Amino acid sequence: MTAPAKSNEVWALRLYVAGQTPKSITAFANLKKICEAHLAGRYTIEVVDLLQQPQLAAGDQIVAIPTLVRKLPEPLRKIVGDLSNTEQALVGLQLRPAKSGV
Amino acid sequence: MNKLDRQRVATTRPLPKCPTGIQGLDEVTGGGLPRGRPTLISGSAGCGKTLFAMEFLVRGATQFDEPGVFMAFEETQEELTQNVASLGFRVADLVRSGKVNIDYVRVERSEIDETGDYDLEGLFVRLGHAIDSIGARRVVLDTIESLFSGFSNLAILRAELRRLFRWLKEKGVTAVITGERGETQLTRHRLEEYVSDCVILLDHRVTDQVTTRRLRIVKYRGSAHGTNEYPFLIDETGINVLPITSLGLAHVASTERISSGVPRLDGMLGGKGYFRGSSILVTGTAGTGKSSLAAHFCRAACLRGEKCLYFAFEESPNQIVRNMRSIGVDLEPFIKKDLLHFHAIRATILGLEAHLTEFHKLVEEYKPQVVVLDPVDSLVQAGTTRDATAMLTRLIDFLKIRQITALMTNLISGGELVESSGVNISSLVDTWLLLRDVEMGGERNRAMYILKSRGMAHSNQVREFLLTDHGIELQDVYLGPDGVLTGSARQTQEFRERSSARAKLDEIERKQRDLKRKREAFEARLIALRKEFEVEVEEADRMLSQEETRDRMLQSERDEMAIKRKADPITPEHRRKTSKGEK
Repeated sequence: MTAPAKSNEVWALRLYVAGQTPKSITAFANLKKICEAHLAGRYTIEVVDLLQQPQLAAGDQIVAIPTLVRKLPEPLRKIVGDLSNTEQALVGLQLRPAKSGV
Repeated sequence: MNKLDRQRVATTRPLPKCPTGIQGLDEVTGGGLPRGRPTLISGSAGCGKTLFAMEFLVRGATQFDEPGVFMAFEETQEELTQNVASLGFRVADLVRSGKVNIDYVRVERSEIDETGDYDLEGLFVRLGHAIDSIGARRVVLDTIESLFSGFSNLAILRAELRRLFRWLKEKGVTAVITGERGETQLTRHRLEEYVSDCVILLDHRVTDQVTTRRLRIVKYRGSAHGTNEYPFLIDETGINVLPITSLGLAHVASTERISSGVPRLDGMLGGKGYFRGSSILVTGTAGTGKSSLAAHFCRAACLRGEKCLYFAFEESPNQIVRNMRSIGVDLEPFIKKDLLHFHAIRATILGLEAHLTEFHKLVEEYKPQVVVLDPVDSLVQAGTTRDATAMLTRLIDFLKIRQITALMTNLISGGELVESSGVNISSLVDTWLLLRDVEMGGERNRAMYILKSRGMAHSNQVREFLLTDHGIELQDVYLGPDGVLTGSARQTQEFRERSSARAKLDEIERKQRDLKRKREAFEARLIALRKEFEVEVEEADRMLSQEETRDRMLQSERDEMAIKRKADPITPEHRRKTSKGEK
């Protein structure tokens, strides 16, 4: 697995939510925390509210909410859930190699 | 379900139904799927679930003006469109005109990690958006079970599915949800627990190397429904469910009569032949002349200028033509004139329902007035007897509705009861001719009689059935104390009868001659006697006149003497007294 991101890489993240639900708010808070800790200064978070823009759901094949999509760096990754399990989220974003090998 | 049931359901339980437009299904369900509720279509791979769902949407959009959303979890829009294009569904056009919306949902496990709590609101949003964008009244989820392979948290999934179906109901859309059939339950992931209003099971079964598709309504809450397994076909018009009852018994009965092709048989059938549009069954053991009878019927139809479609399951057209030529029936010219069309196919090549489709297709294409199926029992090889019976019932109904006269031959084996048709359709046919062997005096002869013929005064006589080089001939059989005599036994008997009749005639003639002679003798004797008598009378007259003459002479002598003796004159009285006294 790739080592933690190279220092010059820019991370483009997109968080899909559906309205201001507790899950969405938790997810955003958790994401912010992770990014600040690991990708400080080289990340963008775009929040897409599907209640406002439902037509965007099909593009990234969104089924579950909340879903975090790592657009950059490639390959595309998706993490569903409120990111409350930080360890899993880091593995999912490939910021940390999985213990068992993903 | 009979009509009565349907009416009762309609009046006491006004459950609104959503017609599917799928041929036959709406009859079985009494009007369609439950409107505004989800219906589960379960079945194993390749049994036609996706097609069923797609047809439901396409028919809804084209026939009932109900736009629909197809949420596909397994195939992309292009794939779907292509797959159903062969069935004449122009999905792409419907999508362009906003009648159908296809949303392909791809859930790739390898791309997704799960961390923490989530729900499937994204799916709801997508579905809601798709429904609202075209004002959909119908929704298909094909197949939502794919979610189970995409997400690992079953507790969330199950809760969300429950919520989804409730949400669909609230939306008021009629939904079709497909599900893969599980080992022991209806669907692998027990979708039937959530969709409880209507469950339809599709099946694709192989029995004796022949596949049959079947459909069964497992449950339909709040509605009566047909509970049988209904065979269905997938042809170029989509799904065709074939319930026996769907056609009903409303066909028109013609009073027109058509010839059977054998004049003597027409005579037996009330003098005019079969009814047009009726179904005729010819049963008989091997080699009794069933096909020959069929060929005569074809020829008669062609000679009337009618079109004839001949389904041959055991012989090639060429062989039939050759064989029929040997009994003086030449079918070749009719084939050339396109009045007679052979369709030869082994019964086992297709499943029963495929055969039925083939029949439908050919009949619609060729538009015959007369159809021959030779022989129907071979269709049993393409399925079970029950299935063959059901299929033939539908076929007979189909032909009757079109006023096509159908002649079916049926081989019965020697051991079977002769009055059985083998395929149990004897009660459905209008005219039933039975051909049988009569073995007697070291030879086999054919006999024929009419077992039944609805709506006409038909003969109850057994006829000897002869295949001559100029066609079929029916002969009276000899009925004697030893039973029915046919063949040379009949001829011998007839000869015997003829000679004994001749002898009797001779005897009478002899007697008559005798009498005549006697009469002549009698008359001759009568003449002789009269002559004799006349002679005697003559003699007597002569003697009398002689006596008188002598008397007169004596008297005159006496008178002269008296004169001479001067005696007193004697009175006549006195004279008589004296003459008496002298004698």
